[in-house]
Amino acid sequence: MAGLEDLYREIILDHYRNPRNRGELEVPPATMAEGFNPLCGDEIQVYLQVDDGAISDVRIGGQGCSISQSSASMMSTAVAGKSLDEARDVLRQFKEMMSIHEHGLEGDDDAPADDRPGASGLGDLEALRGVVKFPVRIKCATLGWNTLDQAIGQSLDQSLDQAGDGPAA
Amino acid sequence: MSTAATVTSEATTSGTLDVAAIKAEFPLLQREVHGRPIVYLDSGATSQKPQSVLDAMDRYYAEINANVHRGAYHIAERATTAVESARAALGRFLGAPSAEEVVFTKNATESINLVAHSWGRTNLTEGDVVLLTMLEHHANIVPWQQLAAERGVEVRWIPVDANGRLDLSDLDALLDGVRLLAVTAASNVTGDLPPVRRLADAAHAVGATVLVDASQWVPHQPTDVTAWDADFVAVTGHKMLGPTGIGALWGRRELLDAMPPFLGGGSMIQNVTVDGFTPADVPTRFEAGTQPIAEIVGWHAAIDYLSALGIDAIAAHERDLTGYALRTLADRFGDDLAIHGPALAADGTVEDRGGTLSLAYRDVHPHDLSQVLDQHGVCVRAGHHCAKPLMKVLGVNATARASLYLYNDESDVDALADALADAGDFFAF
Ligand SMILES: Cc1ncc(COP(=O)(O)O)c(C=O)c1O
Repeated sequence: MAGLEDLYREIILDHYRNPRNRGELEVPPATMAEGFNPLCGDEIQVYLQVDDGAISDVRIGGQGCSISQSSASMMSTAVAGKSLDEARDVLRQFKEMMSIHEHGLEGDDDAPADDRPGASGLGDLEALRGVVKFPVRIKCATLGWNTLDQAIGQSLDQSLDQAGDGPAA
Repeated sequence: MSTAATVTSEATTSGTLDVAAIKAEFPLLQREVHGRPIVYLDSGATSQKPQSVLDAMDRYYAEINANVHRGAYHIAERATTAVESARAALGRFLGAPSAEEVVFTKNATESINLVAHSWGRTNLTEGDVVLLTMLEHHANIVPWQQLAAERGVEVRWIPVDANGRLDLSDLDALLDGVRLLAVTAASNVTGDLPPVRRLADAAHAVGATVLVDASQWVPHQPTDVTAWDADFVAVTGHKMLGPTGIGALWGRRELLDAMPPFLGGGSMIQNVTVDGFTPADVPTRFEAGTQPIAEIVGWHAAIDYLSALGIDAIAAHERDLTGYALRTLADRFGDDLAIHGPALAADGTVEDRGGTLSLAYRDVHPHDLSQVLDQHGVCVRAGHHCAKPLMKVLGVNATARASLYLYNDESDVDALADALADAGDFFAF
């Protein structure tokens, strides 16, 4: 049976109690995207400062449950300093980990999750793997990431605009 | 197809409910989750179903399944009778003057959309006002906002105070220009019970039509659509022991008669030629296509079940249990736990309140709270309960909501309190 300790790993609770990179950035030059979980009302803002194609600063605003807040906090530390391509790679890996298609919803509750550090390139983020056993919470865990995706998209649009050589949209 | 009468005779003794006997009649309430007996406190989202409802639907499929109003053979006639006797039973349960004023729909949401599309698009034009309350469920908000976007109709709101109670101090001014008042009879977030009759009288005085969203009322309290003096009443089967996928709209006969069809198709016509169609009379006019017959039969069994127990006895039981819950939670958690909505009266009595308790416990997020409660087998709903405008006034994004029904008893409330205490320990930072 999937127990609470599968969900609320110590590192997750730590990020919930002490969220990293909380705050706002001035928009522009930064970009901001906002995400909502329509099921539970959680909302999140992701601020991105991108310089020379790399994330030089990231801030998280909004409010939500321990899973959405800690996942966003861990995300912010995972992508800070990374190039946009690298950040998107982490995003893709994370969302893959969060997809339930390979996991039965009933029956394989006892299958040990491969959440050893280093089992993938996700590092601390591996702690969130247990969320998959609680399908309703997957949307909580991915909220910040989907919002990051949007913020990255906005940054790319912004740099295109600034380059000024793209066709007018 | 009256099926429930035999089941419940021993479940009510002299007007009070024998909850242990009632619980035993709900198969789902016998199961365990995470190794503990289930404690189901989410009837506001959907109720559980007694065996008699499940049996009625099985028996329908096993013995009389046929399409209705279409065949002159024995089982088709039985099926038609089953649907029409369910309509009559529902009409009686709602206090409707005539069963023909009862239109089957998919759920309360569809009932309200039917009014918005058919009555609304016939009667409302730019500048007309639809008056809602801040207590409404999205089902009684979005259809009117759609009409506003399409027609330039103005949507106006009766406010609530910080505790979520309707504030009627400016009612007269708010009613200026109102063509439709659409109000919930019972809040699915705070348990507040707005004064429907008083609101209907005020609305009628300015010539407005009145729609009552009775989704959270009909399962719990005696209903009389004429005592409300309502014009339309929306109900949903699955919150009152019936199956999902079936609901109804009651409407005043002369209003329904004047309304065009909502969905077009089979059954809802008198005649069709290559040049056009003539719609059928009400209620058939609004029942296009094959109806969910088994669900209608199941809902009938649910209505029989509630009627056999007595809706007054159910309401009294819930009032007592709500009082017990409010006192227990206050005793055990004091200021650590806040309940949005009407509180206990100073003398400890509960007035004017449904058994819907929206909880805020310390600063534990409702989602986390419900997750820990789940480990105790306790089912509560966490979220915005499809009432985001209200949540904004309450100053929260979400609450954990426990909602009580006829099969809950003090042991369920105690289990909730124990689980809350455990959640407090788990998230004590
Ligand atoms: C007050 C209220 N109105 C309307 C609805 C919608 O009911 P349904 O989803 O069955 O259409 C609900 C159910 O959640 C409700 O609580």
